[in-house]
Amino acid sequence: MNVKTIATGLEKLGVDSREGYDFDYQIIPGEEEVLQISLSEREEIPVYLTLTDTQILCISYLWDESEIKPSAKHEMIEMMLEMSLPMPLSSFSRIGNRYAVFGALSLGSTMEDIAHEIVTLSDNTLEAIEVMSDYLN
Amino acid sequence: MSLLKKIFTAMRGGAREAGEAIVDANSIRILEQEVNDAETHISKAKQDLTTVMAKEMQANREIERLQQQISEYETYTMDALNKGNEALATEIAEKIAALEPELQLQQETKNSFSVHADRLKQLVKKTERQLAEHKRQLVMVKTTDSVQKATSAISDNFSNSNSKMMSATESLERIKRKQKDFDDKLKAAEVLDAENADFSLDEKMRKAGIGPQTTTASNVLERIKAKKGA
Repeated sequence: MNVKTIATGLEKLGVDSREGYDFDYQIIPGEEEVLQISLSEREEIPVYLTLTDTQILCISYLWDESEIKPSAKHEMIEMMLEMSLPMPLSSFSRIGNRYAVFGALSLGSTMEDIAHEIVTLSDNTLEAIEVMSDYLN
Repeated sequence: MSLLKKIFTAMRGGAREAGEAIVDANSIRILEQEVNDAETHISKAKQDLTTVMAKEMQANREIERLQQQISEYETYTMDALNKGNEALATEIAEKIAALEPELQLQQETKNSFSVHADRLKQLVKKTERQLAEHKRQLVMVKTTDSVQKATSAISDNFSNSNSKMMSATESLERIKRKQKDFDDKLKAAEVLDAENADFSLDEKMRKAGIGPQTTTASNVLERIKAKKGA
């Protein structure tokens, strides 16, 4: 399995399995290949999928440090911790200076599982921005 | 200190320069080497364990054989004594006396194999725990590495595309606006559909002469005539 076979597999699914969204795929070359998945009407915040030795990682970026109101950072991080548990399938993280939401799947996941993860992650990302917009510039 | 802790300490220490790989390939190689070493140790220890356990089983069989022999000769001694053959009884007893040190030796051998086997089992268990720990760390380090590489690929791709990076709130606003546009269109389409449905019903009713009828010159004239007559 590589990111290309995942893109092909996802595309073969009916639109119902993608929960009504059209997916647009772009493979980003690099030392670690990344599949960028843009959901219809949500192109601004794509989901990035990458494979490690043991899992499929889906990542969506939230904002970088410069977007956070300096006085609100502490509260924002506490909110992230508190949201992590109730938020289905996704967790918060920070990669470099960017905050992100991610979900990890087993390499044995079905295409339906992956599609479900992508849509859920996208929903959770929008939700997180909405909830935490008060902490942002 | 665990390798992972070292890596994260290095990250905190400001090694987080743009484009700089935090997980150096060396630490991954060291962990991989440790995993390989642990695997070699385990397979060697398991081989040793098999040999030792086989020897322990052999010693056990030998012990059983000797015990059985001794108990047989004891019965014979008893039989000889019962028949009053003291000389034969002594001869058989000598045989038993010869067998007993042998049994003693086998028991000692067996005990030493058991102790050795137990030690090897513990070693295998300990090494397996270590291996699992190294593998878990390796997965974490490799994942950190993958995510960094993926992020740098995404960032490179983004800066190459010349597009302006939107803030999270701007992006959300745009998405919500699109969603609203879509909802409005949907609503407009629904209204239109409903109007079309009403229109066709009115049409059917009108043709059947039911409900409000289209105004024509002749029915206006009739209405006025009716008023005049009243």
